[in-house]
Amino acid sequence: MLMFTLKRLGLAILVTFTVSLLSFSLLFMAGDPASAIAGENATATDIEAIRALYGFDRPFLVQYADWLFGALSGDFGQSYYFKMPVSTLIAERLSTTMLLGVCGISFALLTAIPLGVAAAMRPNSLIDRTALFLSVMGQAMPSFWFGLVLIVVFSIQLGWLPPSGSSTWRHFIMPTVVLGYYAMPAIMRLTRAGMLEVLNADYIRTARAKGASETRVMFKHALRNAVVPVVSLAAVQMGFMLGGSIVVESIFALHGAGYLAWESIGRNDLPTVQALILIFSLFYIVFTFLSDLVNAWLDPRIRVG
Amino acid sequence: MSEPVLRVENLTIDIPMAQGTLHAVRGIDFELKRGETLCIVGESGSGKSLTSLAIMGLLSKKMRCNAARLDFSGIDLRKQSPRAMRALRGDRMAMIFQEPMTSLNPAYTIGDQLMEALQLHRPVGRAEARARAIELLGKVGITAAESRLSQYPHQLSGGLRQRVMIAMALMCEPELIIADEPTTALDVTIQAQILRLLADLQREMNMAMILVTHDLGVVARIADKVVVMYAGEVVEKGSAREIFETPRHPYTRGLLRCIPVPGKTRPGEHLGSIPGIVPSLIGHMDGCAFRSRCDVAEVACASDVPVRRTGEDHMYRCIHEVQPGAPS
Ligand SMILES: Nc1ncnc2c1ncn2[C@@H]1O[C@H](COP(=O)(O)OP(=O)(O)OP(=O)(O)O)[C@@H](O)[C@H]1O
Ligand code: SF4
Ligand SMILES: [Mg+2]
Repeated sequence: MLMFTLKRLGLAILVTFTVSLLSFSLLFMAGDPASAIAGENATATDIEAIRALYGFDRPFLVQYADWLFGALSGDFGQSYYFKMPVSTLIAERLSTTMLLGVCGISFALLTAIPLGVAAAMRPNSLIDRTALFLSVMGQAMPSFWFGLVLIVVFSIQLGWLPPSGSSTWRHFIMPTVVLGYYAMPAIMRLTRAGMLEVLNADYIRTARAKGASETRVMFKHALRNAVVPVVSLAAVQMGFMLGGSIVVESIFALHGAGYLAWESIGRNDLPTVQALILIFSLFYIVFTFLSDLVNAWLDPRIRVG
Repeated sequence: MSEPVLRVENLTIDIPMAQGTLHAVRGIDFELKRGETLCIVGESGSGKSLTSLAIMGLLSKKMRCNAARLDFSGIDLRKQSPRAMRALRGDRMAMIFQEPMTSLNPAYTIGDQLMEALQLHRPVGRAEARARAIELLGKVGITAAESRLSQYPHQLSGGLRQRVMIAMALMCEPELIIADEPTTALDVTIQAQILRLLADLQREMNMAMILVTHDLGVVARIADKVVVMYAGEVVEKGSAREIFETPRHPYTRGLLRCIPVPGKTRPGEHLGSIPGIVPSLIGHMDGCAFRSRCDVAEVACASDVPVRRTGEDHMYRCIHEVQPGAPS
């Protein structure tokens, strides 16, 4: 298990460096950064001055190393637009996004796994059909529309929940539901399919022959084997929620990191974009690494790899 | 003698299918006492596994199981709640399956799975359960038992896994153990070892054992009683001696011709086999199910076939009281 962890960790670090290199090169792929900063009416001398000021005239690798060491100590430079340190700017936004992501994935897992298990226990029963219906709805309904429906019903008509903002926990309820419901169908279906397969396994019959109760058979013997692919999927979705919850953040005016990324791209605020891309990628890398560890713990056969 | 451990009368198992009802087991009877080994033989699809699962209460819900009697140590299994059946399973009756490679849960250690078998039925702590697990691994001939406890099934060979399955079945010292083709999936050399182990443990722990097998060579070595099944029916049953010395039913006689006899069967000699296929089990069946393959069949075989008895327990179903050409 230690070997396995070290190998995966090494891999994760390698990927992180590759990603950091890519996100740094973005600065140059997007055109000449100096003229972008200088604006449309700048003269050639202005541009040269800016180039020298920001150090764009140095060799690429030097600039990369400079940026990377900064990034490692949490310094991502100055935002062109806000004229403040990118790290300060992001820190505030990131906490909103992370809270929303954690709530969203928890909501998705807590609804999808029990539903998937229940559906697999009784295929074609009422509960199975209900679960299928809910998951088709979740897949068919665009998030922005579902979000608007919730706002109309719970904020405007019933007046129970605030429609926008992020100041109290009540502001997070509807965004959590919208974000979680988006991730729920895939997790539910994977749980159901995994359970159906595992329930036919010989070791499930063995568990019953030992005298284990149905609950024990389901949760101790079957779920642990069925849930391995679900963990990997949930990790990817978690990464997605942290980076891509732009739609949900916009509908509910939760100013999170996804929304900031969206705005910064529009404003050509490259240091902010670079930092966000690196952080979003890091989320994916960290969650994939964690899900590998969880899966190795769940299924000993994986540990060999 | 004592009350039989198991008494089965007129057991039927029906499986509803799209094409009609499949009568997989059609009214079988047998009984078994403590310390006895009963072998059920018969070719693939004759209903041996379903019979075993029915006794354990492990048939899937869509199957319908009926019996005039299904008693285990004086307990009427037909009337037990699912909860009461669970309390019996793994404690007083245990089962070993055909597929050692897949019958253990890949996610848990051997130790966890062995200890679970005891802790489901006895209020014992981990230390005690562990000690019992080590004791039983030793009993089934696994060396370095203590270090095996932390291993996972995928780290063990098929033969070892089957030994673990046997140990697991014996954790609570059951009165009845059912082994459904426990060696079919193993190497020939391992097969003999596992069977000897089962036979020894059965004697040592004075259990009743049902051994399901295709292999009459095995039966000859360890059976006290033999039940021969064909197409969901018992076509012949009796003591091992009666079955091997005076087999009455043409199917049994055919099976016996298929086993090589040391000294008599010459190397390279063609082994006998029974040509033909088993009839469909779907729908109603009249007369003897074996008649399409029987070489002494007559017109009368298509109507009711009498149940005949010779001696105390020897029973068979055939229109011929004595087989043409057989010593009586
Ligand atoms: N789940 C099931 N669904 C439908 N039919 C089944 C099912 N299980 C068994 N059967 C049928 O019931 C009959 C008896 O099956 P059973 O498994 O008891 O045979 P068996 O004697 O154990 O054979 P084998 O030697 O191959 O293990 C077979 O015809 C089989 O096709
Ligand atoms: S009843 Fe007829 S067909 Fe059946 S075994 Fe006897 S002789 Fe053969
Ligand atoms: Mg079978």
